[in-house]
Amino acid sequence: MSPIIEAHDLRKHYGDVHALDGLNLVAHSGHVTALLGPNGAGKTTFVNAVATLLRPTSGTLRVAGIDALAQPKQVRRIIGLAGQYASVEPTMTGTENLVMVARLFGLDAAAAKRGAAEVLEQLGLTDAGDRLVREYSGGMRRRLDLGASLVGRPQLLLLDEPTTGLDPRSRMELWDAIRGLVDSGTDVLLTTQYLEEADQLARDVVIVDHGRVIAAGTPDELKGQAGRDVIEIRPHTATDLAAVQDVLRAVGVEEPRVAADLHRVSTPVDRGATDLATVVRLLDERSLAVDDVGLRRPTLDEVFLTLTGAPIDGDAADTTSASLA
Amino acid sequence: MTTTSAEAVPRDTEAGGTAVRRPEGAGYLTTAAATARRNLLQFFRTPQTLMMGTIQGAMFLFMFRYVFGYAISTRGGLSYVDWMVPGFLATVMVWTGMGAAAGIAEESVAGVFDRFRSLPIPRSAVMVGRSLADGVLIAWGIFTTTVIGLIIGFRPHGSATEIALAFLLMLFAGYAVSWVFIVLGLVSSSAQAAQGMGMLVMPFSFISSANVPVASMPGWMQPFAANQPVSVLINAVRSLMHGGPGVVGIGHTTAYWVGLSVVWYAGIAVVFAAVATRRFSRTR
Ligand SMILES: Nc1ncnc2c1ncn2[C@@H]1O[C@H](COP(=O)(O)OP(=O)(O)O)[C@@H](O)[C@H]1O
Ligand SMILES: [Mg+2]
Repeated sequence: MSPIIEAHDLRKHYGDVHALDGLNLVAHSGHVTALLGPNGAGKTTFVNAVATLLRPTSGTLRVAGIDALAQPKQVRRIIGLAGQYASVEPTMTGTENLVMVARLFGLDAAAAKRGAAEVLEQLGLTDAGDRLVREYSGGMRRRLDLGASLVGRPQLLLLDEPTTGLDPRSRMELWDAIRGLVDSGTDVLLTTQYLEEADQLARDVVIVDHGRVIAAGTPDELKGQAGRDVIEIRPHTATDLAAVQDVLRAVGVEEPRVAADLHRVSTPVDRGATDLATVVRLLDERSLAVDDVGLRRPTLDEVFLTLTGAPIDGDAADTTSASLA
Repeated sequence: MTTTSAEAVPRDTEAGGTAVRRPEGAGYLTTAAATARRNLLQFFRTPQTLMMGTIQGAMFLFMFRYVFGYAISTRGGLSYVDWMVPGFLATVMVWTGMGAAAGIAEESVAGVFDRFRSLPIPRSAVMVGRSLADGVLIAWGIFTTTVIGLIIGFRPHGSATEIALAFLLMLFAGYAVSWVFIVLGLVSSSAQAAQGMGMLVMPFSFISSANVPVASMPGWMQPFAANQPVSVLINAVRSLMHGGPGVVGIGHTTAYWVGLSVVWYAGIAVVFAAVATRRFSRTR
């Protein structure tokens, strides 16, 4: 069985900008693949190439075995796209939006209506189906947008940053919806800037930066590559920050970092559970009140830092533009 | 060249291995109808655009009729209101088009078109749908302008057939011009930019015989004002509505102005429809 997506040495150049710079990727059927990377990494460019919205400068790209450059129309029959911004029509109802897309997929009127009702049900939007989308909340719009990409029952669903800009609750709801899809047999390629999201949804994670793949594997494999777990503490009062930093210095393998909001201190550690126990004991001995203390896997920033040696948005180009701004 | 005829087609199987028929995607008519309907709902379900368009139109008609009207001589046998309303009718297409261009630019930037481009449909049909919707909006604008015109005293003197022909001609021209604004919308990087581009079309509306007689303009402006396509259309519409070019104060015959209009707007439609559909359909 051929992979659902197979990209080889894919390049897309806009003058000097190499949005895709020799990207190689194989995504297999049967689970979610997440494309993880910072802003400007080339995620949208890749998704758009798979969706046949843009033509790569060079390289090969196969979708379910079909050559996407030679037979884009065949690819369009089997994909569903939910772009980075919700693109449902605000002056139409949820049902009207879905029926329209279903009709465009080629379903007849009756089948389109049935399909729309099924999708609304699946996404928990049945009650809102007859309301105009302009009355929907942001989360509902995103879900409906997901529904619009689903209503043609595609073999491959492309979701470009499906939860960016959503509040935590709407994000969870969307995650549930996406999990439900995979159970029903749809392959999903999604992009995200959050390791946690990839972690929650994907079995395969592909980290991209500057238009290339810099690491790939299961979330656990990637975190393993990034090395150490992190202990993070939120002291009850800001005046204790220095004292808490002192505690962490006892176990950390690096100088503990005080986070930008000045209310969290964290440090990577070698022996997670043992070090955590030590920290808790020390906090207790020194009578330091904390709101939160925990051991966590590294964040994307930290994975990224380890893999590339540069923080996620701290590379030379971005620093320059930031200082100009 | 490959010798096998084994084109890769979507494997019509689901996870379980059962064969399912995957639809071919919508045809040209379904696509155009669906997208036209969407654009019409956008307009008619937004009370602001609906009301403001009508109110603005009424305001301009009132101002010209009662403020400027007494200062402008039609240099023919017509009263100012009879003279000006056909001009307003024939330029409805410009005002409608400006709104369409802004809407298209906005949707283009917001990624709305990306969904359409990712669907198994003939892409150019999406723009054909848009132009059909714009045609309906122009018809709506002409209808409301006619009603307001009648209220402020406009009375056509031509025969019923001539008047009907005038409306048909305006619809045809309006449909053609909607393609110009679609192109403007597609090449603009934002709704504001599209509005700015639309302003470039304004001279065609004002430097014409729409609101004042061309003969009252400075000599160097007259050749443009008299011969550009909006004036040609207005001359045709006035001649038809009032029973001949003589009453209107221009030369030639009604047939001449109608024929010239058809040629102009057929040309505009062909050129701009080709540009718009190519621009929308291309894979960048
Ligand atoms: N149409 C375009 N013209 C020029 N540069 C572009 C264009 N589209 C994307 N880029 C550039 O390509 C890079 C990758 O962009 P994109 O794929 O949108 O990144 P991501 O989705 O990961 O944030 C960025 O540097 C972006 O500025
Ligand atoms: Mg993006």
